[in-house]
Amino acid sequence: MLPIGHYLFLGLALFIIGVIGVVTRRNVIVILMSIELILNAVNINLVAFSRLYGAVAGQVFALFIIADAAAEAAVGLGIIIAFFRNRETVLEDEMDLLKW
Amino acid sequence: MTPAGYFLEHLWLIPLFPLVTAAVMLFIGRRLPNATVSVLCVGSVGLSFVFALGAVTQLLSADPEYRVAQHILFEWLTPGQMQLTTGHLIRFTADWGYLLDPLSSVMVLVVTGVGFLIHIYSVGYMGHEGGYYRFFGYMNLFMFSMLMLVLANNLLLMFVGWEGVGLCSYLLIGFYFLKKSASDAGKKAFIVNRIGDAGFILGILLTAVTFGTIRFTSAGLTNVAADSGIRQALEAVLGTHALAAGAPVFTTIALLLFVGACGKSAQIPLYVWLPDAMEGPTPVSALIHAATMVTAGVYMVVRMNAIYQLAPLAMNVVAVVGMVTAIFAASMALVQNDIKKVLAYSTISQLGYMFLALGAGAFAAGIFHLMTHAFFKALLFLGAGSVIHAMSGEQDIQKMGGLWEKIPVTAKTFYVAALAIAGIPPLAGFFSKDEILGHAFETHPGLWAVGLATAGMTAFYMFRLVFLTFFGYTRADDHAQRHIHESPQTMTIPLIILAVLSVIGGWIGLPAFLGGNQFEKFLKPVMPRVGLEAEAAKAVPQTSPTEYFLMFASIAIAVAGIWLAYEFYRTKRFAPEWVARKMSGFYRVVFHKYYIDEIYDALFVNRTKDLGTLLGQFDAKVIDGVGVNGAGWLARFGSTLSMWWDKWIIDGLLNFGAKLTQLLSFPIRFLQTGTFSSYALLILVGLAILLAYYGQHLHVVLRGAR
Repeated sequence: MLPIGHYLFLGLALFIIGVIGVVTRRNVIVILMSIELILNAVNINLVAFSRLYGAVAGQVFALFIIADAAAEAAVGLGIIIAFFRNRETVLEDEMDLLKW
Repeated sequence: MTPAGYFLEHLWLIPLFPLVTAAVMLFIGRRLPNATVSVLCVGSVGLSFVFALGAVTQLLSADPEYRVAQHILFEWLTPGQMQLTTGHLIRFTADWGYLLDPLSSVMVLVVTGVGFLIHIYSVGYMGHEGGYYRFFGYMNLFMFSMLMLVLANNLLLMFVGWEGVGLCSYLLIGFYFLKKSASDAGKKAFIVNRIGDAGFILGILLTAVTFGTIRFTSAGLTNVAADSGIRQALEAVLGTHALAAGAPVFTTIALLLFVGACGKSAQIPLYVWLPDAMEGPTPVSALIHAATMVTAGVYMVVRMNAIYQLAPLAMNVVAVVGMVTAIFAASMALVQNDIKKVLAYSTISQLGYMFLALGAGAFAAGIFHLMTHAFFKALLFLGAGSVIHAMSGEQDIQKMGGLWEKIPVTAKTFYVAALAIAGIPPLAGFFSKDEILGHAFETHPGLWAVGLATAGMTAFYMFRLVFLTFFGYTRADDHAQRHIHESPQTMTIPLIILAVLSVIGGWIGLPAFLGGNQFEKFLKPVMPRVGLEAEAAKAVPQTSPTEYFLMFASIAIAVAGIWLAYEFYRTKRFAPEWVARKMSGFYRVVFHKYYIDEIYDALFVNRTKDLGTLLGQFDAKVIDGVGVNGAGWLARFGSTLSMWWDKWIIDGLLNFGAKLTQLLSFPIRFLQTGTFSSYALLILVGLAILLAYYGQHLHVVLRGAR
């Protein structure tokens, strides 16, 4: 059985890749994908600790987060499609309708 | 014994019948079939005639000096306190009341009787015309107004009828309102009548402030003050010697009222509307412009005869105006070629005759001629209508001729009427005209001479009309000739009845030496002598030789006129063209009606139009230029000011607030970049700081979780 450190490192790596994606990319779809990476990094951590301590609650939480991520992606993509139909863009810095 | 009875109690019903049917025609007439319209409208006038006949019969049952029935329905106008010229304050009222005395008896019978016959005639005459219900609606409204005029017991109510008949006259002259000349003629009649009405209403007001009443008489009334009638007030004023006969106020009242009479009865200088009024349908000309409405002026003067008797100057004016109108209009009738225009000028001339009689103090003779004239002039107009009907609308007598055989009933009745108006005994016109000429001779031989000349001209132009229309060769075109036909019975029966009346109508007023003038005796109570001492000298009884001479003279001149017409237009021994050439200047003036219309146009009509143009320019330049445009400029200037205030003060304050906020928010607002990534980065940095700060306690957290 792999020591917990490997799992934590993988989670940390995914988390950092996700954060960098969210902060640096302009395309909202890519940002959404980066958020998925962050959520999955959290999932790995939850499952790893659940295995370490032998407590099932962490795995249940992971399942909730997967469902939540799916819902979030559906809503987010829906918004993006509606927005694209109106403005023909998916770049976040061009989404400035409310700016004065 | 005062007269009483159902019909006298219900005098107010007489004018009501035609009013009701007129209202029905106005509201739902369009949807009624012609037959219903005829029954309703002719029936209502017939009913009025029956009621009038009943009322007069009941009136006649009383003794002559009590033949007055007066009923006040209600107090109509109560303006309240009024100061008289004498300084007295009185409570002035005008009633809505009806008066039937011998004078209004004659009028009401003539109006309803002749009116009824003309209504029957109209059923045939207007049968093919559009607007049938409209025609009868107006005719019934006219009957109502005329009956109000005749039966009113005071001047103001009479004025209501007076204006009503004027309105109906306007509506009916302009009946074919799509025709420009017809609507123009209607307007002309209305406007010229307004001039007369202005005089009339001033006369009414002056009467009111002089006598404190406008009621004709208080006779027949029980619950009013004894002197609440003009006649009684007049006696009272004379009795106290406050005013004497010939006082200026009497003359002024009489002349003002006469101005009104001039307008309505087409006397010089206000006669110009009547010839043009022939644009209306022929029954209208017969009813309104020959038999009834135009005699309203005569009736009114006779009604006010008490005042006229006290104003000798006004009487002279009336006589002279009547005389001049009579001969002036007759001269124009000599040369007219339109059958209705000849009759129109003849009507003006005959009305002049009536005023001549009134001016001579022969009020009864004037009313007598009014009545006989109503018979034969209505007959002449209806006959002319029948001729026009037969000739497919042709009115020019130069294009007629030879109609005697083709329309025998019309021709014979027309012939009777022509004889009657020419003054051939024993027809109606002879007696009434002879009566007038007799009184004229008493007053001044000059009046008589002009009247006699007019009588000759009347005979001449009437028989010129008869010969050109009914005798000789036809001058109509082929199309009209083929359609010549006698009129239907609804038209010929009224003609026959009127012809009979034209023959016998004068017999109630036979001269004194032929059995006594019943007519004058009948009217006597209405026109008692006022101011006896002034009249005593005048009442010279006529001697029979003078009467015979006058009578012979009028017969002779009538026969001479007819003979002259015969020689001119039947045997052609004299040629009218030769006369016209010989006196071409005079002929042209007469043919163009003395250029009176042109003179009036130049003097009054065009000057009024000039005034209108002037006022129009005043409107355009001063009102629009200075007033409207000035106001516009002012409003624009004000709004510029207001805009400046808005822009710099109101908006300025707002912008100042915004700028202040902007200033105060420096430099914090630069954190709000609006860029999503920078926010995310800030969150991350914040998280890192939090972790760095609490990181030393992280093992506690983790251990606790275990």
